[in-house]
Amino acid sequence: MSLAKRIIPCLDVDGGRVVKGVQFVDIRDAGDPVEVARRYDTEGADELTFLDITASHEQRDTMVHVVEQVAGEVFIPLTVGGGIREPADIRRMLNAGADKVAINTAAVFNPEFVRDAAERFGSQCIVVAIDAKQVDDGTGGGAPCWEIFTHGGRKPTGIDTIEWARKMVDYGAGEILLTSMDRDGTKNGFDLALTRAVCEAVDVPVIASGGVGTLDHLADGVLEGKADAVLAASIFHFAEYTIAEAKQHMAARGIEVRL
Amino acid sequence: MSSIAIIDYGMGNLHSIAKAVEHVAGNTRVLVSSVAADILSADRVVFPGVGGIGHCMDELARTGLDEVVREAAASKPVLGICLGMQALLEHSEENTGTRCLGLLPGQVRRFASDLVDPASGDRLKVPHMGWNQVHRKPHPLWQDIPQDSRFYFVHSYYADPADPAHRAATTEYGGDFCCALARENLFAVQFHPEKSQHAGLQLLKNFAAWSGEA
Repeated sequence: MSLAKRIIPCLDVDGGRVVKGVQFVDIRDAGDPVEVARRYDTEGADELTFLDITASHEQRDTMVHVVEQVAGEVFIPLTVGGGIREPADIRRMLNAGADKVAINTAAVFNPEFVRDAAERFGSQCIVVAIDAKQVDDGTGGGAPCWEIFTHGGRKPTGIDTIEWARKMVDYGAGEILLTSMDRDGTKNGFDLALTRAVCEAVDVPVIASGGVGTLDHLADGVLEGKADAVLAASIFHFAEYTIAEAKQHMAARGIEVRL
Repeated sequence: MSSIAIIDYGMGNLHSIAKAVEHVAGNTRVLVSSVAADILSADRVVFPGVGGIGHCMDELARTGLDEVVREAAASKPVLGICLGMQALLEHSEENTGTRCLGLLPGQVRRFASDLVDPASGDRLKVPHMGWNQVHRKPHPLWQDIPQDSRFYFVHSYYADPADPAHRAATTEYGGDFCCALARENLFAVQFHPEKSQHAGLQLLKNFAAWSGEA
């Protein structure tokens, strides 16, 4: 009897369609975002995340429209990310019906943006998205280390992930969306060492992302990675599993979920 | 045709609440308004709010809507949501101490930073974010909602009413806290019914039909 661990399907949106690529290449079409959102809501998703993967200005209008439509009929929390660069972007998404926005690249280039956004809109709606890649696996004797990357995992920043996560929470982030760039799209499971390191470093909830290929991966993210929520895309998009199956599996492994 | 006014004082996402109420309240006019006369002429009033309580109280005072909330609370069914629940009490620990509306006796307190889940021994995060169970007492607004249903929460502060009779429900997070308040025509919840799928929509539906009697 306590707080449930959340399952969050992620909809990567490009040109008004849900797509999913493997490590940001080899894009496959997975349907109309409003229809997909409706299906996940019916299956019992705890929350939905929409990521605008192109984040161009023309796409922004499409995304606002998608959020408006979904918010009119799906009554669970909605997060929108991709190209959130200034307060006006946040205002627009919240007005469209989003509950939270995910800030990624803009936070790296201007950390004060996170502080300003949290003060203006409240920490409860500011998610900082972190894309991390392992740069030292710890086998050489040092501690394992992960570095922040931007631009869909293409550009290194030299920033340490754990320090960055702590800093973003100090600046007002209400939640961390943590993606392993090494695992994203691989279906090999979350980077559990990374997930656990970040979860133990911060007081706010952490969503694990990147690499889910089986239902056990979701459960491992919670049990071993200590994540508060788990995010996945392709295993749900292509009907390999339903959200309900995922929840039943997690419950069978002793995890508290909303059934 | 009955009407529900959602008070707009610049704090938070009213779109979601309006959409959810429209979705369930069939033959009801739903208006989002900052105009005192419009709010006070509605049959029922929703008092929402997200963000910090200091800014919330400042905005209520600046717009004069604090008096509108008081008048509505004295005369018709009112539903407080999230910060709109906390603002009904006397005082909050947030923003180095904030005086609230004082419509119900009690305090708003922050979750301790060292909360632990008694079952697993895991450290509990603050904010309390996600779907948690609501253990309710009898009240018309819980009609057709199963005991211990899950609702969506996101908050770091919680209501601690002075009078136990005002507790309409509790939730466990490192101990029980009061997640719903009720007194006569006033009802208030810490969670977000507009984001709590079936259970939340049922609560809003019950509110849209509520006479204001407990």
